[in-house]
Amino acid sequence: MDELDRKLVNSLQDGLPVCDRPFDALADQTGVTVTEVLTRIQKLLDEKLLSRFGPMYNAEQLGGAVTLCAMQVAGEQFDAVAEMVNAHPEVAHNYEREHPLNMWFVVAAEHPEQLARVIRGIEQETACRVYDMPKQQEFYIGLKLAV
Amino acid sequence: MQQQDISMEQQDNRPIDEVDRRIILATQAGLPLAEQPYDVLARQLDLAVEELMERLRAMQQSGVIRRIAAVPNHYALGYRANGMSVWNVPDEIVGELGARVGALEFVSHCYQRPRHLPLWPYNLFAMVHGKTQDAVEQGVEQIALLLGEYCRGHEVLYSKRILKKTGLRITG
Repeated sequence: MDELDRKLVNSLQDGLPVCDRPFDALADQTGVTVTEVLTRIQKLLDEKLLSRFGPMYNAEQLGGAVTLCAMQVAGEQFDAVAEMVNAHPEVAHNYEREHPLNMWFVVAAEHPEQLARVIRGIEQETACRVYDMPKQQEFYIGLKLAV
Repeated sequence: MQQQDISMEQQDNRPIDEVDRRIILATQAGLPLAEQPYDVLARQLDLAVEELMERLRAMQQSGVIRRIAAVPNHYALGYRANGMSVWNVPDEIVGELGARVGALEFVSHCYQRPRHLPLWPYNLFAMVHGKTQDAVEQGVEQIALLLGEYCRGHEVLYSKRILKKTGLRITG
């Protein structure tokens, strides 16, 4: 990565306005042509230094429902429980974490009622209590990493 | 050119319609890289470019679109350590404190979530990223300083293992 790559990665995390020529200001600011800006963004995407570039959608605002759940699972049952939890297609991510609450997973569904159904199902299958921690307020999503 | 994160503003809850849904499906993988990307997109969708831009702005206003931006691959950029920091702060002030914690550049996700007493007294979650575990710990220290006397306790949960990871995608 050179200086221009770094400037672009840093600036592009803030977001671009919706306007006719959204890359012009970025080109002015970095002192290169718009073509060069676009070529570099493509290169950063190709090299997977950027995962994606575009509108960041909020699934919950689209009518979907998401929650974070935690469970306290005994060591000898851990892998078997993980398998039961992961078997639900609504379970998007699942992490083992170092804490008495050692299994943390995200449940995502089209409708809020589905979340409750999945959580009840997991509790019945695993005989573990699920601590449901839906977000009550969102403060920020995304990093503003300086590179 | 910087845009304020709309998720913190008052959101109207205008539902999306079929045209919005087509726009979402067409841009889920990303925005066309062109000098006039909305022209390209409008042609693909057979929409007037003014209508397309108006709809995108409305979706930003309502919170359906957080922002139009690049998502860095933090792992590839060298940020390989992260920890889920959780904080017990007074409910009356969690909104103000969460906004300040979320604004820290090394925090990716910041939410208020419910406590489950007595096991789980924490109501503020902040995912902290760093190039090293030391950097993550420094980040946590910085949050502790920022919260000051409002912090009644905190923990950092490091991930040991990814058990499942699939993307969230919107289906047509």
